[in-house]
Amino acid sequence: MKVKDVLLNGIIKENPTFRLVLGMCPTLAVTTAAVNGVAMGLAVIFVLASSNLVISLLRNFIPNKVRIPAYVVIIAAFVTIVGMLMEAFVPQLYKALGLFIPLIVVNCIILARAESFASKYNPFYSLIDGIGMGIGFTVALTILGAIRELLGAGTIFGVSLFGQGFEPAIIMILPPGAFITLGLILALLNKLDQKRQQKQIKQA
Amino acid sequence: MAYLGKIFIILLSSILINNFIMSRFLGICPFLGVSKRVSTAVGMGAAVTFVMAMASVITYLAHYFILVPLEMEYMQTLAFILIIAALVQFVEMVIQKMSPSLYQALGVYLPLITTNCAVLGVAILNIDEGYDLFLTLINGIAGALGFTLAIVLFAGIRERLEMSDIPEPFKGFPIAMITAGLMSVAFLGFQGLIK
Repeated sequence: MKVKDVLLNGIIKENPTFRLVLGMCPTLAVTTAAVNGVAMGLAVIFVLASSNLVISLLRNFIPNKVRIPAYVVIIAAFVTIVGMLMEAFVPQLYKALGLFIPLIVVNCIILARAESFASKYNPFYSLIDGIGMGIGFTVALTILGAIRELLGAGTIFGVSLFGQGFEPAIIMILPPGAFITLGLILALLNKLDQKRQQKQIKQA
Repeated sequence: MAYLGKIFIILLSSILINNFIMSRFLGICPFLGVSKRVSTAVGMGAAVTFVMAMASVITYLAHYFILVPLEMEYMQTLAFILIIAALVQFVEMVIQKMSPSLYQALGVYLPLITTNCAVLGVAILNIDEGYDLFLTLINGIAGALGFTLAIVLFAGIRERLEMSDIPEPFKGFPIAMITAGLMSVAFLGFQGLIK
């Protein structure tokens, strides 16, 4: 198993948002602006990497029967740390993400990686897997946030692109915009996948 | 009288205006996962309602009678998720003993509820909003009813989607997302209900 493969697996092949469709609540809720997507992504990278590392270190000590509660406690501890750090250093972002910081605990991506990766592989690979998955999540959230911000407010990372004459489509930063944008992105990825498969069939 | 009005506003707000799924984005995973059949959606809704009502009350008690006196509010996330996990386990055991038929019907969905963000979400929201014990219970039930309403309606639409002719790339999640988006537009209509 190569380090690069483990890292890229989370970013492209098994992208948690676009491929596995996990962790939808924060994905849809916080992507009203690109910067929120980045912040949420960074918080998740930290929690995912640290919890993967610790769970992997403890994987031979945690009895099988109580492993899920044990994982949840470890994850909750790191989420609490992230919450306190963000409140202290970036209070504005902390406010913007609000409820969804403590809710990282129940983000299915983190528990899914703990169960399917960290509990089986050594700490180093688990750490890399956590970082890769976290980056994949961040990239997905940033793309989604950028599209919604661009169409819904005419800005990207707060920088105005279209000038004064642009009439923003406010629905894009309201809840329906989240569902529709993600639906269209998923459909586009499916389409690209099909094209690639057809190409492979033709070549074969 | 003012108190009664408050109850009414909480009910209206949590079921329709700030619907947990359609405008707060809480509980999307079960919403997408178990909404293929109306019957399973109803089962999930019932299980969530039960757990959310109980979780609201117990986390309220834990917050004000354990965490606050000990000045350990920062342990909120950890304490709440443990309470919810234990509660779900407990409810599962009780239902199994008391009513095997109900357990058969709900069984599969119960463990899933631990990772339903709506449950932890409502517990934290109750504390943030500063509700008292009774309002906490009302908010828990109302939030869960809103969840049930959205998931059952959505399951009804999805049952029909299966019969219809959808372009190949849109099959599965993409069309489900867009359907949910259109439903969300409908729920936006309730926004002006309370000024």
